[in-house]
Amino acid sequence: MTLLDDRTSEEANPELEKKAERAESWRGFFVALPTYVFLVLFFVLPLIIIAVISFAERSRTGKPILGEWTLEWWIKLGDPLVRSVTFRSIWLAFLNTAFSLLLGYPFAYWIATRKKAMTRNFLLVLVLIPFWSNFLVRTYAWRTLLDSNGMITKIGEATGLWGKMLFTEPAVFLGLLYGYLPFMVLPLYAAIEHLDWNLVEAARDLYAGAWKAFRKVTLPLSMPGIIAGSILVFIPSLGAYVTPDLLGGSKTTLLGNYIVTQFKSGRNWPFGAALSVTILVIMMIATVIYFKKGGKTL
Amino acid sequence: MAAAVSIRGVTKRFGTDVTAVSNVTLDIVDGEFFSLLGPSGCGKTTMLRMIAGLEFPTEGSIQIFGEELALRPPNKRPVNTVFQSYALFPHMNVEKNVSFGLEMRKVDKAEIGERVAEAIEAVHLKGMEKRKPSQLSGGQQQRVALARALVNRPKVLLLDEPLGALDLKLRQAMQMELKDIQSEVGITFIYVTHDQEEALTMSNRIGVMNFGNLLQVGTPEEIYERPVNRFVADFIGETNFIKGTVTDDGAIRLTNGSVVHVRTDAPSGADVTITLRPEKLRIHALDADDINPARNQLPSTVTRRLYYGESIYYEVAISDGTLLDVRHENIPSLRRWDVGDEVIISFHRDAGEALLS
Repeated sequence: MTLLDDRTSEEANPELEKKAERAESWRGFFVALPTYVFLVLFFVLPLIIIAVISFAERSRTGKPILGEWTLEWWIKLGDPLVRSVTFRSIWLAFLNTAFSLLLGYPFAYWIATRKKAMTRNFLLVLVLIPFWSNFLVRTYAWRTLLDSNGMITKIGEATGLWGKMLFTEPAVFLGLLYGYLPFMVLPLYAAIEHLDWNLVEAARDLYAGAWKAFRKVTLPLSMPGIIAGSILVFIPSLGAYVTPDLLGGSKTTLLGNYIVTQFKSGRNWPFGAALSVTILVIMMIATVIYFKKGGKTL
Repeated sequence: MAAAVSIRGVTKRFGTDVTAVSNVTLDIVDGEFFSLLGPSGCGKTTMLRMIAGLEFPTEGSIQIFGEELALRPPNKRPVNTVFQSYALFPHMNVEKNVSFGLEMRKVDKAEIGERVAEAIEAVHLKGMEKRKPSQLSGGQQQRVALARALVNRPKVLLLDEPLGALDLKLRQAMQMELKDIQSEVGITFIYVTHDQEEALTMSNRIGVMNFGNLLQVGTPEEIYERPVNRFVADFIGETNFIKGTVTDDGAIRLTNGSVVHVRTDAPSGADVTITLRPEKLRIHALDADDINPARNQLPSTVTRRLYYGESIYYEVAISDGTLLDVRHENIPSLRRWDVGDEVIISFHRDAGEALLS
């Protein structure tokens, strides 16, 4: 009797569970529906349009002629100029990510290890304060600082260490570092703050010095923060437009500016579209590599 | 009696107004299972952490086998700790967790492999080497923590409430196992717990702490039978307190006028509190004529009866209204009493202890 009961319940259960699961997933779908619609309308659809345009001939005004297809713009990506712009962009984005990590980690560590919650929150607000003013305005401020009469230039000249940096690659780098450092600090802070400090004590108890304990325990356990921060810095750096536009010169064109040029004075929408798809692919590849590499240590 | 750990006048203050440990002096013998027992916040964990080097004493000296190391960092001490929450490295598997200490000390690779395998086998985790801590049960994690500490062959093993997170059955099994492991490896264990039963059953000696002070050090029997003050008597096991005054001939006069004889070091005329364990009291009929003359007798009334299975608890009131708990074993030779019965309770002269109050 009991056996029979058990069997029927075993047979009935998976079906019931499936039904419940399906109902649950439908409920989830409806909750997410507005976001789905929004993303499809304003994100997926435009992306498809851009991809399609990149295969179209261009008219004299630069707009695409749909119906006349060509691979010309994709072949043009191999031009030395395009390649140098792409490599410069990747290099600067990489450099920016590396330095953000180097500067951001100790700072985030320091904030996260303050004993009082009040102190931590206050320091976090300081990190966020720059966001209270417009990014464009802040970038213009850098322009002033880095110009011939700017404070940074004067300090450099007085010490003989550097000259006027405005419209050079270092200026763009400084601007990017300044702009995206908070995006590194915040996820790092979150990761370090959640760390179980007992583990560090355990490492110390097991004969690890302070540095060893950091390398073997703290660092690997804050990897989620490092990955999140790096992605948050690398991706916008790679597509940066305002910073290189205002602080860089003609020799420091980055992908973002180059794309804008195609749509405006270059009068070549299809080529701009091909470049846009390229940048997207680079970002996707970089993200996947990063997750795979970082994922191992998690 | 070589002192494995010698603690002299150790005080730990946090900030200006919190004294976690206050002037503790203590010698822990080589090879002994020593428990620090006390309620939470009594300073026992801080004391342990100072021996581990995870806190430094504000004052005083800590020596391990004659070597002064009060201010030495934890990685340079010949001790290892089993943490309360195990603190296993979540990103390393069992094997890596256990080998961590040996790798940090740059022990020869072949030797590491051997010792790690040995340690994992000793705690019955063979076959689990490649599992991450999150894939282990609480009891298994506990074993990994133990292996990770013992594999380093420390001179002293520190255990911070290691069984606190386990359920009762598992805890009792682990108590036995810990005891076995300790006698096998012969290392000095310093065991922090708030569980008095655990301390009584496992330890060679116990140090009872409260409010940062070390109140009494002794064998489990000394602590239980001859507590030095009310706190120790109350914290270890269950007890009754009866107030009284020491008479000129060394007896105790209770507040209801009765005179009883128990052990005391208090001078005549002093106000004392008698501590009496429930299991040392017996209930008799009013007309009982077989009571041993070495036993004190107090007339009282049964006010409550609780059935515990292996024992029966009675609450009785003596004539001044003081309530006492009496524990009778559940055996046929002991008569059952009912609430309201007028009875006599008796206890042996050596059963109680009159403490200065």
